[in-house]
Amino acid sequence: MNFPHRVLVFGATSAIAQATARRLLQQGCDLHLIGRNQTKLQTIIDDLKVRAAPAQKVSGEAADLDNLTDFPHLFDTATTALGSIDAVLIAHGSLPDQKACETNFSNTLAALHTNGISAIALADEAARRMLIQGYGLIAAISSVAGDRGRQSNYVYGAAKGMLNIYLQGLRNRLAPSGINVLTIKPGFVDTPMTAAFEKKGILWASADDIARGIISAMHKRRDIVYLPWFWCGIMFIIRTIPERLFKKLKL
Amino acid sequence: MALHAWGRLPNPHNANTVRLHDRHADLPNVTLPWLAHGCGRSYGDVCLNRRGSLLHTINLDHFIDFNPATGILRAEAGVTLRAILALVVPHGWFLAVTPGTRDVTLGGAIANDVHGKNHHVAGSFGHHVRQLEILRSTGERLRCHAQQHAELLRATIGGLGLTGLITWAEIALIPIANPFMTVETTRFGHIDNFWALNAQAETCWPYTVAWIDCLAQGKRQGRGVFMTAAHAATQENLPDWREKPRNIPFDPPVSLVNSLSLRTFNALYWHKARSGTSLQHHVPYFYPLDAISRWNRIYGSAGFYQYQCVLPPDAMCAGTTSLLNRIARSGQGSFLAVLKTFGNHPPPGMLSFPRPGATLALDFPNHGQRTLALFTELDAIVRDAGGAIYPAKDARMPASLFKSAFPQWETFSQWMDPAFSSDFWLRVNS
Repeated sequence: MNFPHRVLVFGATSAIAQATARRLLQQGCDLHLIGRNQTKLQTIIDDLKVRAAPAQKVSGEAADLDNLTDFPHLFDTATTALGSIDAVLIAHGSLPDQKACETNFSNTLAALHTNGISAIALADEAARRMLIQGYGLIAAISSVAGDRGRQSNYVYGAAKGMLNIYLQGLRNRLAPSGINVLTIKPGFVDTPMTAAFEKKGILWASADDIARGIISAMHKRRDIVYLPWFWCGIMFIIRTIPERLFKKLKL
Repeated sequence: MALHAWGRLPNPHNANTVRLHDRHADLPNVTLPWLAHGCGRSYGDVCLNRRGSLLHTINLDHFIDFNPATGILRAEAGVTLRAILALVVPHGWFLAVTPGTRDVTLGGAIANDVHGKNHHVAGSFGHHVRQLEILRSTGERLRCHAQQHAELLRATIGGLGLTGLITWAEIALIPIANPFMTVETTRFGHIDNFWALNAQAETCWPYTVAWIDCLAQGKRQGRGVFMTAAHAATQENLPDWREKPRNIPFDPPVSLVNSLSLRTFNALYWHKARSGTSLQHHVPYFYPLDAISRWNRIYGSAGFYQYQCVLPPDAMCAGTTSLLNRIARSGQGSFLAVLKTFGNHPPPGMLSFPRPGATLALDFPNHGQRTLALFTELDAIVRDAGGAIYPAKDARMPASLFKSAFPQWETFSQWMDPAFSSDFWLRVNS
């Protein structure tokens, strides 16, 4: 299959999704965007429409992706707008306050729901539909945080870890059907989601750096990508530290 | 994250920076006073605000509307001129006025009322702003155009970001046939030859500018290269052109710009220039320094100043010669001293810098007191001539010179948003 032409983006107002949508548009894609905030979403749709070639379609709909029951409807609207869906990019998420999760479990539950369950439900719905059409690409933005639990960020990590395992299984199941499943694991990205951090040093990447990596991974039909690439090495080291030692580290 | 001005002069970092993401959102609840900061390409302190907070606008980077039939573009204030050109050039449109770099935001271009090589025909950037929205600290959103809030518009154009946050603006573009320029280059051996060449060229070319070797003295004083250009007409067989970005990847501990490197560079540049006509892509023509991102690092950790002044027509010839004399005698000076004359357009902003006369711009590595002492001498020439210094480039002009060169500053201050300020504004009002 060629590069997907019609792409459905969830969490379109996130910085990485926005940068990726601009690059998908440059690749000639038609886009349908789902975002929570109606005005922000409209701003992004207007921007993409200005950048689009006359024949390119850009549409969208505001939705809260915590409401799993809406998903079939969202896919139906997208299918009507685009004609069919060649690829789905699942990019929504929110970084929970780890300390707030430790004091009140309802915060943990909400974070697991938004970053884990909701993304899984979208991948599930996409897989159902792509199995019927017989092709497709499901790309989901996970995180390096899902590779190992650390005291500073393990609720978010658990949600992303759950997503990673789910996508791995889904990839395994869909491989014979020619449907690609791409797990994207960005490291530190300078976005509104990470506004509270001091963004200094070479480990921090821009949303557009990540977007470039996503497009390239989609072209190459990759399974799992670390973005930027050096996180692959960093996370290899993080994963191989023996637990006996790891539990004493302040990470 | 610490934000800097382009001159990278050592100064205390801002206490507070907040990035804006949504033009519909209220202004953030952060330490007062506020100041919008875009790409940080103004040289001195008009983009700095160390007592309060910088509102970083680079993510207000959405286009709102573009009509390829009329060349009217509406975009958020953080959209860069680079992004605008990437969008509009393939449709056969170009910025009506462009500064020497594409890496400035639309909001910054308006707030500094930037000018280009075509001032004598097109005026400054503000002349092509059809309307804009100002978000005031009261929460009011004021749409300003010729028929509505026209005085606030005149205050905001060239208003150094002090009238509130520009959220979006609408500009008129000019049509072009292709991305190329017809460029004519003429060498001249002495500053006196420039004036005649320039007067003649302004009658037939929309873009004119001269590069001056400010270190040459005596018979060769102010020798230079005069470049005129126009957008190329429709033609077949356009040359192939591709951008090759470069970078200064590290901070040299000391300035690479010194008396020896300058003399060598300037002499080579002059001798290498060949008179004649050529077809050149608009990027190397308008934006030669954009090819080296972060070129400001060559001045080392001490940073640099740019001195840009304008001298009125009756004083420009003698005044420019005096300025060049002083600079040559000081042995400090720069690559690419730029000389250009402005036309007679009434300025669109209360604090607009462009006015009839000649403007000279030079970079100076920061040698501390020695450099500042030279500027004081240059100020005297500018003051005697009834000239002005460009706030967007300035980091040190005395308050008295600002107030005499920008007589509308008092009217302007009535239109300021009380919650906005800048290091520049504090300095020229101290």
